[in-house]
Parts: sequence; C-alpha cells; structure tokens
Amino acid sequence: MSEKFFWEAVRDALKEEMIRDPNVFLMGEDIAIYGGAYGATRGLYEEFGEERVRDTAISEAAIAGAATGAAMLGMRPVAEIMYADFLTLAMDQLVNTAAKNRYMFGGRTKVPLVLRTEGGAGRGIAAQHSQSTEAWFNHVPGLYLVMPATPYDAKGLLKTCIRDDNPILFVEHKMLYGTKGEVPDEEYLIPLGLADVKRAGKDVTVIAYSKMVLESLKAAEQLAEEGIDAEVVDLRSIKPLDVDTIVRSVRKTGRVICVSEGCKMNGVASELVSVIQEEAFDYLDAPVRRVCAADVPIPMSPVLEAAAVPSAEDVVQAAKDLLG
Amino acid sequence: MKEEVCVSESKHVVAAEKGDKTGVSRRTFLKGLGAIGPGTIFFSAGIARQAKGQYGPTYTDGLSAEQLTAMYTDMLKIRLWESKIKDLILTGGFRGVAHLYVGQEAIAVGVCNALRKDDYIASNHRGHGHLIAKGGDLGLMLAEITHKATGYCKGYGGSLHITDMSLGILGMDGIVGTAHLFGAGAAYGIKVKGTDQVAVSFGGDGSLQNSFFSSAANAAAAWKLPWIGVIENNAFQIWVRSSDVYGIQDLARRADGYGIEGRVVDGNDVLSVYNVAKYAAEKARAGGGPTIIECKTYRWYDHYGAGGAKRGVDGAFRLGYRSDRELRDWMAKDPIPRFRKFLVNEKVMTEQRADEIVAEVTQAVEDAVAFAKAQPVPKPEDGLLNVFAEGAVPLHKS
Repeated sequence: MSEKFFWEAVRDALKEEMIRDPNVFLMGEDIAIYGGAYGATRGLYEEFGEERVRDTAISEAAIAGAATGAAMLGMRPVAEIMYADFLTLAMDQLVNTAAKNRYMFGGRTKVPLVLRTEGGAGRGIAAQHSQSTEAWFNHVPGLYLVMPATPYDAKGLLKTCIRDDNPILFVEHKMLYGTKGEVPDEEYLIPLGLADVKRAGKDVTVIAYSKMVLESLKAAEQLAEEGIDAEVVDLRSIKPLDVDTIVRSVRKTGRVICVSEGCKMNGVASELVSVIQEEAFDYLDAPVRRVCAADVPIPMSPVLEAAAVPSAEDVVQAAKDLLG
Repeated sequence: MKEEVCVSESKHVVAAEKGDKTGVSRRTFLKGLGAIGPGTIFFSAGIARQAKGQYGPTYTDGLSAEQLTAMYTDMLKIRLWESKIKDLILTGGFRGVAHLYVGQEAIAVGVCNALRKDDYIASNHRGHGHLIAKGGDLGLMLAEITHKATGYCKGYGGSLHITDMSLGILGMDGIVGTAHLFGAGAAYGIKVKGTDQVAVSFGGDGSLQNSFFSSAANAAAAWKLPWIGVIENNAFQIWVRSSDVYGIQDLARRADGYGIEGRVVDGNDVLSVYNVAKYAAEKARAGGGPTIIECKTYRWYDHYGAGGAKRGVDGAFRLGYRSDRELRDWMAKDPIPRFRKFLVNEKVMTEQRADEIVAEVTQAVEDAVAFAKAQPVPKPEDGLLNVFAEGAVPLHKS
C-alpha cells in the first residue's frame, strides 16, 4: 500500500490500462501538454505520445462524438469533459448516440466509452463550473454512472470502467483531487454496482456518494461523540445501484438519510428514497430524509456557496431530527 | 475574405510575429503622419488615401484628442485594475478564478470606442476588459469579484459572470463561444425592432469550434444582421496552442465560408482595431450586414489566475506550455506604451499629461478597492432569492 492523491489514483488507472491495452486512448481539452485541468492526466502525453493522449479544440460535442465513433470500432476511448457543467455541450452525443447505440441497433454494436468529468462545488467558480449534474444522466437508459469518493475507489473503478463494454460517465469531484488515501501497489479492480460500507453503525444509515461521503463520515464522527452510531454507505456507482447493500443497512438501522450534492428536486437522493420505500418499507422506523443542495444554481460568494450545498453539519442535524 | 486590404494587414502581422522586417509596419506608417495638434483632423488627405489603400475606409481621422485620450485612459484602467486582481490572487485575498485580459486591451478599447452607448456587446470568460471599455464601474466590478452583496451581480456571479444591461452589456459567460450566439441573437432583435444599433460578440480563438460561432455567423450572413464577431486570437485556447488544433492560421478566413467579410488586424494596435470596428459598425448600421474581425494578440497571463506571475511584474513566466521568450516578444508589442508613444509623438498629449493619467487611473483603482472592501457580504439566506422571477424558491411544504 502507498498513500496517493486522488488525482494520482486516476492517472495510475489510466496509465495501467493504456499499458495493458493499446486500444485505450485519451482525448479532451488540455489533457495532453497541460496534463488536465485538475492534473489527472499528468505525464501521460510524455509517456504515450499525442496519438493516444490527444488535446482537442474546445468542442465537447466533437470530443464525445469522436470518442463514441472510435468506441464503436472497438477502441476504448477515455474522453474528458473539463467540467460536468459542459456535459450539456456533449449531451446529444452521449445521450442520443452513445447510450442508445447498442439498443437501437438491436445489440449489434457496443460503445465501450468512458467519459470522465469533474463536478461539484467548493472553488467559488459559480454557476457554470460547479454543478452536480449526475441526476440528468442517471435518467438516461444505457448509461452507467460512477462517482468515487476515495483514491482507492477511483483507481479500482476507473480500471473496471475502461474494461467495461458500456458507455460510462465517470464523475470526479473537483474538491477530491487533492485528498489522499491508501492505494494497493498491486493491481485490483472494483466491480460496478457494489456499494461500500465506509463506516459500520447501528442507529442510522447515511447513504452518500462522491464528496458527500467525506462529509457524511465527518458527520458520523460528530454524531458518535453524541452517542449516535451512524453507518455510512458509499454507493460508488449510482448506476448500477447496489440495492442489496442499501436494504441490508436499512434493515439494521431503520432510519435513513440520503445525501447528495445535487439539487434536491428529482435528484439522485429522490431515487434512493423511492428504492428504499419499495424494497424496505417495512423496516423503516421513520420517514427517509434527504440532505441535498438547495434548488438554486451554485452561487459564487463563499457565504452563498456554502449555504447552497450540504455539509457535515446538515447530515448531523438530519440524524438528530430522525433520532430526536 | 473579400478585401485585399485585410490580407495585406494579415501578412504584415504574420511578418511582424516572425520578426520579419519587410513591409511597412503600422508604427512606421503612423510615424509618417507628421505633427498634428490635439483636436485637429488626424490624417492629412494624402495619408488618409494611403491608409484607405492599406486598411480600407479610414475612420481614425474622425477621432478627437479627447476621444484618443479617453481610449488611452480606458486601456490603462483595464491594465491597472486587472493588475490589482492579480495582486489579490497572489496575496491570497481572492477566491474563485479570474481570467485576466492583460495584453489584449487594444481590442476591447478599439472595438467599444467604435460603438455607440446603445450598442450591445456579448462578452466571454475573459471579459473584464470588454466591460471596462463599455463603461463598467471599476468599484462595482471589484465588489462582484470579491463576492460582495452590493457587487454588480450581488456576489452570485463573480469574475465569470458580471453584467450591466444599462451599458448594453449582455453579460460575461463561462461557456466558450456562446457569446457569439447571444450577440447574433441581439442583432436579430435589433433588426426586428428596426433600430440602427449594432451587436458585437467577443470570443477567443477557442470560441469557433462548438456550434455556436458557426450558427451565429450563418444566421448573421443569411439575414444580414448588424453583428460583428470579434475573434481575439491570443494564441491559446485554455492551455492548448491554437495552431495545434487548427489547420489555418488566419481564423478570419472562416468568414468567407459563411458569406461574411472577414478582417485580420493587429490586435495590439488600438487604432487599427478601432478603424476596422468602426468600419464594420457603420456598415452594419447602414444595413450592410455582419463582419468578422480577427485580432492577433497574446495572452500575458495563464488561462486563469496568477500562476507564474509576481506582484509588480507584468506577465506570467515559466508556464510549461509556452516559452518566456515568446511572451517577451509579445510584451515588447505592449499596446499601451505603443499608443502612448504615438499620442505623445502626435502631440495629442504630453508625457506629463500621460503620467497624470497613470496617476489618476491608479487612484481610481485604489478607490475601487476601498469601495469593494467596505461592501457587505451576502447573507446565506439571500442565496434562495433570484432563482425565479418571483424571487425565492417555492417551498415544497408549508
């Protein structure tokens, strides 16, 4: 094991898969010479050359469209959209082409595409560079959605995604790149659709993903000081969703908080609430709570930004309300 | 491009970039004008004819000393105000990102001075210069950038999203290229209203590849909209060198494919920019349709922020994607001292007056800083306002 930054884990996953499979190539804005807006492709251009690490012009449609076309040929492109907000510009290629391709053609084609992007708030860069847009894509049939919270999960999941035959949206929270965690030196893969209980507890289940896992763990520590034992379930992949792990935890605690940095209305947390009431209604001792972003665009001012997205304190408060 | 003149200008710029001494430089050309007193007509008839041959119709001869001085002042405002932002970033007194415009001042000032107050501009992420040139308030802009409740946009937007509709500014935008669509859309609105206003959109060399520019240019050409698409070619789209992702050098050549007149100008020469922009604006007002203007320039700082920069020193050095020498070569073509020297040579202003203007603008920037500092930050609950026309987010429950 060695301690790695989140960005290093992403880079190592890309590097290992590029060495393993010559069909893996990268394309995106500023991923080559600059090494990625958040540094996750640093050094790969130097190692693999411009054919496999390609800087593109500013055209998200071109990136997603070209990657989809290459994937149909059997290549395994890992394309990067610099901000999750800019996915709107690649939306048609991703939603209408990549995600539907296999289905429309009756299973005769496959699109083994990974689209990496950086999402989330925390840098004060306002409404067009800070959104959590995952709920839009969770609604799209044919598209997987993976959002890791730790370097370990990022590396293991990204490697799996690259080997997977489906189009996958892989969202990295921009405030996670500088976080550190233990990563094995030997190769490992993490299957999609397998949640991870990051902290076991018996009083309340906190279901989260991406950066909200870290906030939830922080909340669990605070709650522990007050005698509340919270279990934190990290979804890791939102689609496919690990319903078994969710239900197992709900059966144990009977109380659930679903945490998402996306807007509350029609968000990922809303979907979790639906699943829980369908699959584990009889085990619930209280209404399921959602802790989400306010239904506002992300504002720039730090005062407003902090108020717009959930924090550990919000999770603590929700847990106290449930157990109070 | 329809006109030979722009081709020769383009060649001149390219030659200048390469350090090629052949051809008459703009400065040498202007030096030949001879001494002209302030307030008098700028070009002699002979020179105007010569200029017409080289640049097309010459509009600079209509500029008064007062206007020329105002243009110089505006360029300094952009330079010094943004240098203050750079200082704030370097001293940790800044949160978020700022995309600095320094080095490109001649473009914003040249274009905006060719416009009327009631004309529109649509700006982009590197838009502080456009806003200042269109009359943006330094204090309100700084308050916004430092996320104060009383800034231009109440702290919701920050550096990327500032606007003042009363000045005809359709906003800065964080999505590369969209300004062209907003600009062409405004031009369409003007046509429907039947006024003789003009709408300008600003975009960098990176603003052409998503569908926005193409859609805007095509619509503007098809319907003869009073639109001017300004391409500020500062050599980099984010950190990618434009020449690595384009097959052509002069991006204004694209104009021909839409049926639009394309011009290439030295973006570090405020009078060249003014002249072409004025021509395009007058043409648009007269129903002559759109123009695409490519301004060759260079970004002195990093894509955003102050990486590689120091307080009190212009430019960002030791950035991995470009050489310091390239930057220094471009800094030698700094549009501000170039214009100042010209104005002094032409006796529009004295060195002493030029120094006074520097002192005045420095003070104006300090005043803006003091103003912004004294402003209150927003209250957390304010974040729920302005989401809908009705104001607050409707509650899910009572």
